[in-house]
Amino acid sequence: MLPAWRVKRIIRYVLLYAVAYGLTIIFALPFLWAVSSSLKPVNELFLWPPQLIPKTWRFENYVEIWHVAPLARFFVNTVFVTVFSVSGRILSAALVAYGFARFRFPFRNILFLLLLSTLMLPYQVTIIPTFLLFKAFGWLDTYNPLIIPNWFGGGAFAIFLFRQFFLTIPKDLDEAAKIDGANTLWIFIRIILPLSKPVVITMIVIGFLESWNDFFGPLIYLNTPEKYTLSLGLANFQRVVSAGGQATEHLLMAASMVMTLPSILVFILLQRYYIQGVVISSGSK
Amino acid sequence: MIAPIKRRLGLCTPLTLSQREAVQGFIYISPWIIGFLVFTVGPMIASAYLSLTDYNIVTPPRWAGLNNYEYMFGDKLFWKSIENTLYYTVIFVPIAIAGSLALAMLLNQQIAGRVALRTLYFLPSVTPVVAAAFLWLWIFQPQIGLMNSIISALGLGNGPLWLGHPGSSKPALIIISLWGALGGNTMLIFLAALQGIPKELYESADIDGAGGLGKFRYITVPSISPVILFNTVLGVIGALQMFTLAYVASSGRQQQFSPGGPLNSTLFYVLHLYNSAFDFWEMGYASALAWVFFVIVLAITGFQLWTSRRWVYYEGEDS
Repeated sequence: MLPAWRVKRIIRYVLLYAVAYGLTIIFALPFLWAVSSSLKPVNELFLWPPQLIPKTWRFENYVEIWHVAPLARFFVNTVFVTVFSVSGRILSAALVAYGFARFRFPFRNILFLLLLSTLMLPYQVTIIPTFLLFKAFGWLDTYNPLIIPNWFGGGAFAIFLFRQFFLTIPKDLDEAAKIDGANTLWIFIRIILPLSKPVVITMIVIGFLESWNDFFGPLIYLNTPEKYTLSLGLANFQRVVSAGGQATEHLLMAASMVMTLPSILVFILLQRYYIQGVVISSGSK
Repeated sequence: MIAPIKRRLGLCTPLTLSQREAVQGFIYISPWIIGFLVFTVGPMIASAYLSLTDYNIVTPPRWAGLNNYEYMFGDKLFWKSIENTLYYTVIFVPIAIAGSLALAMLLNQQIAGRVALRTLYFLPSVTPVVAAAFLWLWIFQPQIGLMNSIISALGLGNGPLWLGHPGSSKPALIIISLWGALGGNTMLIFLAALQGIPKELYESADIDGAGGLGKFRYITVPSISPVILFNTVLGVIGALQMFTLAYVASSGRQQQFSPGGPLNSTLFYVLHLYNSAFDFWEMGYASALAWVFFVIVLAITGFQLWTSRRWVYYEGEDS
């Protein structure tokens, strides 16, 4: 007979593993169901009870989606917006953070508090005048409203993240370079930035996910269907594809998976950096 | 060589070292200052002004005084959207916070494959909201959807119409949001905070004979209370801004319903603001809605920070 405390411990372990691994089913099931549906022929979509494993595997669905909607076009558009948004955020946020981290100037702390307070400002509060401003610039139905604001500081979160990191870089390095006659921009480019690769990668992941998934911006600013990003194109997918009223859920699921895959890949490959960034932002480490 | 000449001519006074530093600092932060003025301060002032006008974009704004705000008080959709938003926030946020904390505590145990589990829990939160909306619309399909087939397989009869009925549409949206939120950033932040609690605290509690619940109540919660506050404040702000999921879920499916349907049961505040601005082009009224939203968010956030003094403990602080 096992002693009671060991029995208790074994039960605790079994429960722990059952819950921890059982939960993965809840998180994974919508994906599995979507993938399964995306590989079915239309007539199998409406079987009752629903079957998780398709009777006929229809991989052609993943070919068909590129023909029934300009998905490739949406893809290229989204990549374009994402690349230029993220690069702008990183460059400008790093510069601004460098200013906050390495220079003394009047009102520095007040300005930094002001910057942090914008974290809590819902973007909807300013959306209407911003829309009107971009309209006055003639930027409606272009990518400018989605990209250009990112080049002005890249948001409080990015600046905060870079500043926190810069503060951990020893000032001696700057001083040494200064004695060698380097100016501050040179120090930033040759010393600070190369040391900041982890934060840059963190911001690439976070910025990528935000731009890739953004829906509100494209919804407001883009009108021409050829200019749609993936999120907007996907939202209109059924309207485009099922003009005849035929079921298109298998194609919709395939397109949804195609849009989701890059996000998942980027996260899985770079999650270490992503998690670091999120943790720093909460101030708990 | 030029500087001394300029100085002699009185063209510029020499800057002290600290003045030079200040100038450089301002130059480096100038992108943000410009962005802040152009994309935040300017628009906030402009939207305060616009909220006092009638403006449909085609004709210039016409002064309307407080008409928009008066209209808001009588606007049934405004009150409906407040009700929906509060309903969603009050139910979603506590479950999301408690659930994320529970998951974080689970992952804080010695389990084989912790990193893989953490990744799996996290994947729903990197799924684009539009894609997540369609995944779940398909699951919530009333006749042949996965959810109702499970419900009927369990012998619970026919499931609800989910997003097709005002009684079940908000619970459906809450389920979708929870799927995306439970294993997300909130959980990661909790996990990092839990790992930061000194082991000695638990060990000495063991010696005192404290049970699991007692340790949770008297060690875990106080130790991570700043992080609970952080997650709650951000969670509430995020929940109040509910938009994309409701928009796609109520309008994406072949426009069976107008955004916010059925019967305005998913008309959240920002959806109402969006409809007013970009569907009806009532920019003045929508600006008034935006300002009221700002005040609401500020008040709710302020209230949380104010009450937090009673339950949040910061390290190195007495009491």
